[in-house]
Amino acid sequence: MSRGDERSRAAYPLILPTWVVLGVFFLLPLGVLLVISFGQRGTYGGLRPIGDLGAYLLSGKFLSQYARSLHPIYLQIFWRSLWMAVVTTGVCLLVSYPVAYYIALIAAARRRNLLLGLVVIPFWTSFLIRTYAWMFILRTEGLANRLLMAAGLTSHPLELLYNDFSVLIGLVYGELPFMILPLYASLEKLDRTLLEASADLGASARETFRRVTVPLTAPGIAAGIVLVFVPSLGQFIVSDLLGGAKTILAGNLVQNQFAVARNKPFGSAIAFEVTAAVLLLLLGYAVWTRRRGEDVLL
Amino acid sequence: MTASSVSIRAVTKRFGDVAAVDGVSLEIRRGEFFSLLGPSGCGKTTLLRMIGGFELPTEGSIAIEGADMTRTPPYERPVNMVFQQYALFPHLNVTENVAFGLRYRPLDRAARERRVAEVLALVQLDGLEARRPDQLSGGQRQRVALARALALEPRVLLLDEPLGALDQKLRKEVQVQLKHLQRELGITFVFVTHDQEEALTMSDRIAVMNRGRVEQSGDAARVFERPATAFVANFMGASNFFAATAAGASGGEAELALAAGGRLRVPLDGAPAPAPGAAVRFIVRPEKLDLRRRDLSERGVPSVPVSVEDRVYQGVATLWTVKDAAGARFTVYEQNERPFEESSRWQLGARLFLCFHARDADLLGGEPAP
Amino acid sequence: MSSGRPRRAVWLRLHTLLVFLFLYAPIAILVAFSFNQTSQTAVWRGFTLEWYRKLLSNDVLLGTVRNSLIVGAAATVLSTVLGTLAALALGRHRFRGEGATRSLLYLPIIIPEVVVGAALVTFFGVAGFRLSLLTVVIAHVVFSISYVAIVVRARLSGFDRSLEEAALDLGARPVQTFFRVTLPLILPGVVAGALLVFTISIDDYVITSFVAGVGATTLPLQIYSMLKVGVTPEVNAVSTLLLAATVVLILLAQRLQQPPPERPEG
Repeated sequence: MSRGDERSRAAYPLILPTWVVLGVFFLLPLGVLLVISFGQRGTYGGLRPIGDLGAYLLSGKFLSQYARSLHPIYLQIFWRSLWMAVVTTGVCLLVSYPVAYYIALIAAARRRNLLLGLVVIPFWTSFLIRTYAWMFILRTEGLANRLLMAAGLTSHPLELLYNDFSVLIGLVYGELPFMILPLYASLEKLDRTLLEASADLGASARETFRRVTVPLTAPGIAAGIVLVFVPSLGQFIVSDLLGGAKTILAGNLVQNQFAVARNKPFGSAIAFEVTAAVLLLLLGYAVWTRRRGEDVLL
Repeated sequence: MTASSVSIRAVTKRFGDVAAVDGVSLEIRRGEFFSLLGPSGCGKTTLLRMIGGFELPTEGSIAIEGADMTRTPPYERPVNMVFQQYALFPHLNVTENVAFGLRYRPLDRAARERRVAEVLALVQLDGLEARRPDQLSGGQRQRVALARALALEPRVLLLDEPLGALDQKLRKEVQVQLKHLQRELGITFVFVTHDQEEALTMSDRIAVMNRGRVEQSGDAARVFERPATAFVANFMGASNFFAATAAGASGGEAELALAAGGRLRVPLDGAPAPAPGAAVRFIVRPEKLDLRRRDLSERGVPSVPVSVEDRVYQGVATLWTVKDAAGARFTVYEQNERPFEESSRWQLGARLFLCFHARDADLLGGEPAP
Repeated sequence: MSSGRPRRAVWLRLHTLLVFLFLYAPIAILVAFSFNQTSQTAVWRGFTLEWYRKLLSNDVLLGTVRNSLIVGAAATVLSTVLGTLAALALGRHRFRGEGATRSLLYLPIIIPEVVVGAALVTFFGVAGFRLSLLTVVIAHVVFSISYVAIVVRARLSGFDRSLEEAALDLGARPVQTFFRVTLPLILPGVVAGALLVFTISIDDYVITSFVAGVGATTLPLQIYSMLKVGVTPEVNAVSTLLLAATVVLILLAQRLQQPPPERPEG
């Protein structure tokens, strides 16, 4: 324990193992990946040896993978990843806010823990399985189609699976708890008397919501957006299982380059572009929270 | 000369640019009840923590019972602390809490158990051995904290505002109990508080602190009756300041000419005499002031013409606020010996005379008395 | 806002109900159809435990369960120790590189799994590590440390420092203080962190798929290949069992974190 505010040497043995493990098995691999993204694919899937390093660098060839990623085919994939993440986040926000509001402000106090537990349980269960559930339901012989046909809404089975629609459902389904929880946390801290004061001063319920509730829960909203948007951007499983060949997202592209196409340099470049996007977003979020003086996790 | 229990010599503690404690020197005597008194932020808790070893002084030295312990860690000092929020270990029951430090003494199990029982009886907590802290009331928790510290027979007991969380009535009871306990045990107690009444009730000597410095330290009654600086006066509730001009000194007394008119001779009390013509201030405590209908100056009693501005009935006493010709305000504390109708005998705006005995006048200087 | 707007409350309650339905219906359907007597799914033909019987005699599957448990246990132990120490370092001390350490710990959670997986498999290839169960453990430890650190750090921030000071005051040296006071009090947080990373490890697909060697197939990997082949009731059965196991684990965790008994007359 450090006394006063002196810098403490006692911290080093505590943090050193983590530095070593993360340094060697996380930072180093990322560095290797970055270096490879400047390379060229070899004949059998390895790396093509580079003869003259100087000439290679000067000619700008080392950026060829990144240049390639700007091809329309790939831009389309980035674009789809982006708008999928945006739509998922938007839908999650709209669906989750009322739920969080209900649990935090309307439900009886003793029910609250139960309701929160019910929100959290899906989070603990296997993501694969939850995604598979939608495969099961949306397929041609699946429950959804059978119900639709039984209700007379359609005469033959719809193609509900292996398209953007199914991927969106899968994403929203998987990420919903991550939006509900931070919203709940923010709403729970809301001072009810502020809402009462607003009503007392003449604001209608809608105005109170818009002018008091929403601004005060901004931290929760921001946290929820980040917690849903970031994983959606780098998503692999949902698009692989529910999207089939038609809906390729950035995550699938990376995996494909490494597992199938065996083009590590190109895969690495894509990987870093996705990472850069994610880090940029988080930087923005960090700046935003710092300006507001919010709590940090670590 | 009485043996010194804690010697604090020119201790300064800086946090960044701010000096929380600034050049403080104090000698705390063995077996005395010593209080560090002051408003929040004055450095009293920081000073206490340095005696306990939880902060290292930036400058200066601290000796305990003659041995220099400036940089000694807390677990090697013969000093124990009762923390403000008691710091009882929530995962241990009362017995385990009290026995915690005994583990590091060369005592066998039976001796440990005996000591725990002894000290629990001392603070009257027998019967609660198996309870956990969250199953105790505030007063009980405070006693466990006390017992835990006393179990180790420290030379000096440090108490960091331990009565803050208790309600008024309980507080007063505990104050008396602590005083008796200290007398009985003969251990040196160093007590931190911001409540001047509390300090006066329990202490032998008091040090009043402000912004990291000791403004005055000495016997409790003396600090109360003869504050040395305006800050101490205000803190002790004696903020009746009279302006005067010095006109010479003799026989241990200074001759003053009151701004409101009249002269009086005021005891110097060992302080240097003010230069003739210098502007000075003195205070008289509210309970030593009297309101009279007539001017008593011919009888040698200083009388200042005032008008009544406010009256607050407090049950035991009435607090009068009066204003003199120059606009200065004074508070008069009058015990309600007479029935209510008579104590409210003066109307607001009534013109009266503020009277007091010259010997009750306390001349203010800039230097804190030793 | 409890009084005054009962109609809005009704809509909110309805919406919440629908959302919970949305969250749980797919799982319920999955479980229900694992007992379906036919492999032609979505048509209920009768109750059967046939698929469960098939599962339990599926040695390959059981082997992957064993692998998952080994990896889970190893990764949990290692990452819990490292993560707890890291949380203590960040929560208790000031040291050079503090800010960088915080950023470092956020990265494994932030960076998409495909990127981490790709980086690791490339690194192992370059460094000459053969892919095996060990590489899976290493990968799991890498992303788990951060979760433990965050959970324990949260527990630490509510920690009353004066408890440690009291222990020091009473004669305990720093190491003794840690074991007698600090550790018992942060233990619920440590256990919560351990449970969290165990669950994450058991469920991990993406990163594991990059770094698992031959013979190091874990349960998610096996399930995934089953899913890719197609929808069968066997998969439903596996899913149900996994869900049941998770729920049991959660209930256990809840039990372990019971608050202490209420205070009697004081």
